[in-house]
Amino acid sequence: MPLTETIRVALRAILTNKLRSALTMLGIIIGVAAVILLAAIGNGSSLQIRSNIESLGSNLLQISPAAAREGGVSLGAGSRPSLTLADVNAIATQDPAVAAVVPVLSISAQVVAGPNNYQTSIQGTSWNYSQVRPTPVSLGRSFTPQEQARSATVAVLGTTVQQALFPNGANPIGQTIDIKGVPFTVIGVLQTQGTAGFANQDDRIIIPITTMENDLDSVPFVNQILASAGSPEEMNLAQAEITATLRAAHHLAPSQANDFQIFNQATLLQSLNQVSATLTTLLTGVAAISLLVGGIGIMNIMLVSVTERTREIGIRKAVGATRGVILTQFVVEAVTVSALGGVLGALVGILGSGLAGRLMHTPAPVSWPSVGVALIFALLVGVVFGVYPARKAALLKPIDALRFE
Amino acid sequence: MEALIRMESVVKVYFIGGQEFQALRGVSLTVEPGEYVAIMGPSGSGKSTMMNILGCLDKPTSGRYWLDGVEVSTLDDDQLAVLRNQKIGFVFQSFNLLPRTSALENVELALLYAGVRQQERRRRAIEALEQVGLGDRLQHRPNELSGGQQQRVAIARALVNHPRLVLADEPTGALDSQSSEEILALFQTMNDAGHTVVMVTHEPDVAQHAKRIIRFQDGHIVQDHLNEQRRAAPAAALGGARHALD
Ligand SMILES: Nc1ncnc2c1ncn2[C@@H]1O[C@H](COP(=O)(O)OP(=O)(O)OP(=O)(O)O)[C@@H](O)[C@H]1O
Ligand SMILES: [Mg+2]
Repeated sequence: MPLTETIRVALRAILTNKLRSALTMLGIIIGVAAVILLAAIGNGSSLQIRSNIESLGSNLLQISPAAAREGGVSLGAGSRPSLTLADVNAIATQDPAVAAVVPVLSISAQVVAGPNNYQTSIQGTSWNYSQVRPTPVSLGRSFTPQEQARSATVAVLGTTVQQALFPNGANPIGQTIDIKGVPFTVIGVLQTQGTAGFANQDDRIIIPITTMENDLDSVPFVNQILASAGSPEEMNLAQAEITATLRAAHHLAPSQANDFQIFNQATLLQSLNQVSATLTTLLTGVAAISLLVGGIGIMNIMLVSVTERTREIGIRKAVGATRGVILTQFVVEAVTVSALGGVLGALVGILGSGLAGRLMHTPAPVSWPSVGVALIFALLVGVVFGVYPARKAALLKPIDALRFE
Repeated sequence: MEALIRMESVVKVYFIGGQEFQALRGVSLTVEPGEYVAIMGPSGSGKSTMMNILGCLDKPTSGRYWLDGVEVSTLDDDQLAVLRNQKIGFVFQSFNLLPRTSALENVELALLYAGVRQQERRRRAIEALEQVGLGDRLQHRPNELSGGQQQRVAIARALVNHPRLVLADEPTGALDSQSSEEILALFQTMNDAGHTVVMVTHEPDVAQHAKRIIRFQDGHIVQDHLNEQRRAAPAAALGGARHALD
C-alpha cells in the first residue's frame, strides 16, 4: 500500500478524534515551544551581556596596580599605587597596537550646587576618554584638549548626579557646582548608560585629569589606565606591548612580578560566553524533558487508541492488511501527531520569543538551529513512542482482534 | 478438478483458565469449487471455530488444511493476510464494517490492501455496490444504513476482489426476513457466478438455499448431505465431498 494512502488513513484517524489529538499534540507543542523560547531567551541574554561589555568600549584593556601583599596576604587589586601619568605617555608613544590610552584618577567627594549636595565619584581623565570608553553627551559637550592643558575647572555630569543636583529639570549647563570647595562650571551631561558591568555609570562627574591633580588630589599616581587595542585581533598583542612597556618603565627585573595587572575584555567575553552557553544548554535540556513527557503522552494515547480500535484492526487484517501495513499506519499516525505538534509548537515558540523579547525589554532572537533540533526531536519522539503501540496493533491475531469486545 | 477446500482431521483446542476445551475434534471436509454449503448445528458445536479456520483467521491446533491447493499451515502471518485478501471474502453476522467510514471506502478497503490504484479502486467498488443494489448509498456511513444495507455493503466488500471462496457466518442472523431474503438472493447470484459459498446458519429455511448441508455437533460433522429439497441441485456438487465421523 502506498505511503500516501497510509498517511490519508492516519490523518483521518486523527481528525475523527480532534479533541484527543489536540490534547496529545499539546504536550509536543509545549515542549517544542519551550525549547525554542528558552533558547531564544538564553541567546538574547548572552547577546545582552556581550553588548553591555562592549558598551564599556571595544577592545578594552584595563590596567590597574597589582595587589599589595603583606606577609603573603593579598590586599586586593589597586591597593599598591604604581601607575603614573608617565606610564600613560609611555604606552601612548611606544605601543603601536594600542589605539588610545587614557588615565583615570578617581576620588569620592561631596558636591554642592545651590541648596543641593550629593556624594559621588569624581573621575579625572583625558579629553579623549571617549575613544576608549564611549561616553557620549546628551547635553552640552566634553572638555577640550585646550581646557585640559590649562586645567580648566569644567565638569561633565552623569545623569544621576544631574538629577541629584538639579532636581527640577533645570538646565545645568553653565551652572557652577562646588567640588571640595573648588567651583566648577558644568559644560555637559553624559547620556544615560545604566549599570553597564559593575558600577552605576551615571553616578559620576568627569573632569580633566590636570584639574584633578592641581585642585583636588595631588597624588602622583593614577587609579587606572584604560587602553583600547586597534582591533579585536590586536588585543593580546596590545596586552603584551603594554606589559613590556610598563615593566621597563617600572624598572622591574626579570625575576620580579608585575606590579600592575591587565584586565583583558576579550577574556571576560569569552568566559561570559561560556557561562551563557552552559545556561542555554541547561534551559534547553529542561525544555527537552518536557518534550519527552509529551512523547510519553503520545504513547499513552496511541495505546488507548490501539485498544479502542482493536476491532478495526481485526477488520483490516481480515480483508488483507499485513503486519507491516498496520505498523506503518499507527507509526504514521503517531508521527503525524508529533509532527503537527512540532510545527505548531515552532510557531508558538517563534511568536512567543518575539513577545517575550518585547515584554522583558531584552532581545530574544530565535535561534534557528534550536528550531531545527526541536522539530527533529519532536519527530523522533513520535517515532520512538509510536512504535510500541503500533507493534502491539500489528501483532494482534486477526481472530482475537475481530472478537474483541 | 482440485478441491477448493480440503481439511484433514482438524482439531482446535481452546484453553480457558488452564482447562482445555476441544471445539473441533478431528474434522475432515472437502469442498469443490462452485459449491454452496450450509453449516448447521446447535450453539457451541464449533461452527464459528470451523469458519475462522477456513478463513485463515485462526490456525488449527492439529490437522491439515489446504486452500486452493496451498497448505495453509506453511504460510506466515503476512502470507495469510495476502491469501485472505485474494481468495476469501468474509460476511459476518455483525457486519464488521469500519465505523465513521463511507460504504464506498469500506468496500475499497479490500482493494486498498490488494494494491489497486485509486481510480480503478473507486470504479470497482462502485460496481460492487451497484451489484448489491446500493448504487445510491455510496457516501453513507454504517450508522446511516439499515442492517440489511450494512450487510449488503459487507457483501460488496467480500465480492470486490473476486474471491474464490465466500465465507458467511450467520449472515442473516441479525436481519428481518425481508432483508434476509435479499441477502440470500445475493449469495445465490454469487454462487451462480461461480463463487464457492460456505454459510453458517441456524434457520432451516435459510439452509434450504444451499446445495449441500453439513451438520455439526460437539465439534464433529454428524451429517453431510445434498439438499434434496433444492430444485435442480447438481449431483456433481457432491462428487468429491466426503465427511468423517469419528
Ligand atoms: N476464543 C475462545 N476461547 C475459548 N473457548 C472458545 C473460544 N471460541 C469458542 N470457544 C468455545 O468453543 C466452542 C465452539 O464455539 P463456536 O463459536 O465455534 O460455536 P458455534 O457453533 O459457532 O456457536 P453459535 O451457534 O452459538 O455461534 C464453544 O463451546 C465456545 O465456548
Ligand atoms: Mg458461531
